[in-house]
Amino acid sequence: MRGALLGAAALGVLGVAAAWFISAPARIDADDLPAQAGDPERGAALFAVGGCVSCHALEGAKGADRLVLAGGRAFRTDFGTFRAPNISPDPEAGIGRWEAVDFVNAMKFGTAPDGSHFYPAFPYTSYARMRDEDLLDLWAYLRILPASGRANEPHEIGFPFSVRRAVGFWKLLYLDSGPVIPVDAELERGRYLVEGPGHCGECHTPRTAIGGPDLARWLGGGPNPDGEGTIPNLTPAGKTISSWSEADIAEYLKSGFTPDFDTAGGSMADVVTNTALLSDADRLAIARYIKALPPVGPAE
Amino acid sequence: MRKVSIALAGAAVVATLAGTSAFADGHLEKAIEARNAQMKLYSWNLGMLGGMAKGTVEYDAAKASAAASNLAALSAMSSQGMWPEGSDSFAMEGKTRAMPEIWTTYPAISEKGAALKDAAAKLAEVAGNGLDALKGGVGDVGKACGDCHKQFRMPK
Repeated sequence: MRGALLGAAALGVLGVAAAWFISAPARIDADDLPAQAGDPERGAALFAVGGCVSCHALEGAKGADRLVLAGGRAFRTDFGTFRAPNISPDPEAGIGRWEAVDFVNAMKFGTAPDGSHFYPAFPYTSYARMRDEDLLDLWAYLRILPASGRANEPHEIGFPFSVRRAVGFWKLLYLDSGPVIPVDAELERGRYLVEGPGHCGECHTPRTAIGGPDLARWLGGGPNPDGEGTIPNLTPAGKTISSWSEADIAEYLKSGFTPDFDTAGGSMADVVTNTALLSDADRLAIARYIKALPPVGPAE
Repeated sequence: MRKVSIALAGAAVVATLAGTSAFADGHLEKAIEARNAQMKLYSWNLGMLGGMAKGTVEYDAAKASAAASNLAALSAMSSQGMWPEGSDSFAMEGKTRAMPEIWTTYPAISEKGAALKDAAAKLAEVAGNGLDALKGGVGDVGKACGDCHKQFRMPK
């Protein structure tokens, strides 16, 4: 009896240890990074694709102020309210003390420099698909943006979501750097932009009960995770976008005009402010990938 | 006696409900129809100008000027009475995408309206001056439209 109890206790300890181990934040070392200095000019283009300002600029910022990534925007979700942090180069309030490898670990693994997990309101599930070279370019660009001393506000998250370590288990389920759908070589650029830095799936893919992307319904639309209304289905089974041509989609990403000259609204208006800065070739690549999506119907 | 009073109470409730919805159906819905019609006319005229800017319709200075003048007239039109309180996307679900913030943050929306009026007036001045002038003007009008839709229109 005593032996059995001891055995159970030992198993319990082992189980906890194993759980602690597998929920540990993943990270790479600086040596694992490509030996190259980032190119801020290429980084600026990735910055536009990623739409970093939409979340990290102060709400309502216009013009040059959009480049001050002071954070503060609140995201009200079913799991609590998340607040975008200050990612400006300020050494105290922002991420000025980070090294390139800290940035790569944050973007690809959702791991903070202190080894804790970031909440997936920060869409590293998409950024995990980015190339290290691109991340270094983006990092080089972030370093030259203006600093802001605005202090971060804490997230307001209820138990059990307040247990950060549990995000490790969530990541086991949902953090995957592989592509979502197979495509022909000529669609790879579009796939990279949409699935990786553009992180389109974060809004346009419905989520599971514990907030993970439901990849079987990739870009199939669903309820707005952060507000009222519905996010449109982008696949050929969707009601709206399915009737748009590649040129229509590319035009929408450039000017915000739909084919019948309505304009983008809601958070998509912010997205268009960013995609307007892309090259025509990249906008067309995105459009071609979207037209090639497998149909997922009909949650609209 | 008791039966009668229950029946009377029931009838009163039904009458009240019917009265309320008749009021809502008439007054608020007509206002929504009117402003939707105005939006349709924006879209129609912008379709012509946007088609030229995109290159799917051949540029024609006279047609461009006419459509741009229409936009300017539409944006300068008084929309008095078209936005009664209670005609928002929550009170009138499924009938309008106008978010309650239009009324709770008033007069923010009138600034957006003024921005559109300016952009449309400028476009009307330049639409006949060639395709490049048109493109710039259409872009500014589009930004003004999007600016308002972003803040005040419910996503679908």
